[in-house]
Amino acid sequence: MQQNNESHKPHIVGYATYIFVWLSLLALTAVTVTVAGINFGGITLLIAIVIAIVKSSLVLNIFMHIKFDDVVFKVFVGIAVLTLTAVFVFTFFDYLSR
Amino acid sequence: MNKSAETIMTDKPVIDQHLQGEHEHKDPVGAKMGMWLFLMTELLLFGGMFLIYGTYRYMNPEAFHSAAQELNTIIGTFNTIILLTSSLTVALSITALQKGNRTLSVLLLAITIAFAFWFLINKYFEWSHEIHNGIYPGSSELTNRTNGEILFFGLYYVMTGVHGIHVIIGIVILSFMLAFIVKNKVTPENYIRLEISGLYWHLVDIIWIFLFPLFYLLR
Repeated sequence: MQQNNESHKPHIVGYATYIFVWLSLLALTAVTVTVAGINFGGITLLIAIVIAIVKSSLVLNIFMHIKFDDVVFKVFVGIAVLTLTAVFVFTFFDYLSR
Repeated sequence: MNKSAETIMTDKPVIDQHLQGEHEHKDPVGAKMGMWLFLMTELLLFGGMFLIYGTYRYMNPEAFHSAAQELNTIIGTFNTIILLTSSLTVALSITALQKGNRTLSVLLLAITIAFAFWFLINKYFEWSHEIHNGIYPGSSELTNRTNGEILFFGLYYVMTGVHGIHVIIGIVILSFMLAFIVKNKVTPENYIRLEISGLYWHLVDIIWIFLFPLFYLLR
């Protein structure tokens, strides 16, 4: 982290990077819609969630700049995601063991 | 008398410079941090609803599966593409402003707002169709169904509804940003307000990325 904000040069993400990420997001949407049409049984939901996680991490890292941000923002997001994951894991420990 | 008047006169430009010049208090990192903190609370709001969805779905797998067949996958897919593209245009709008291209930035922001309206119009037709078929919370058609299906449609209306409210708020925020750029209050040197508004819009997109497969692609 830099102390002096004046010397803090903003990181400008180029147009091409954003368009590439957008195309990847559209491709992943096509995959998730196609996969949903085929019956993979129990893992269909898992595939859909994994694709959603990949898509949101693309948005988070590139569109929302987390990849290029100060470490404090990465810690912010990391703690939030871990907290939410913990809540889900503990809740399902309960339900799955009933 | 004369001397104090002179001091006031010489002081004034100093004060003005202090307010408008480089000594003006600006804290873009703090502004961004504030927005991220707010987004964390949004994560908890939607996270809680996703948790309810997860547990009820676990308890009523068949009912959730059959109820989801009634949702319109085509409109859902279309709205996903619309929101992903609007995320792109708002991101490009920030880059355009950073590179000093105000016109392109305003244009891209206007496109983003148009996409947001398009999303809501699709949502309107989708909900109208379902309400026309008698499927809405408390309808006689729905209350005669199984608990699982009632829960599915209840969650569907609440979660896509709360998300829709966020889209409306996003339209208001992005419209303000558009006006700020036009009025030169958001400039290539001072664009933090546009940047954090973009963060809000991307979060709305991320939430839809999860809503879409969980409601529309359950087959």
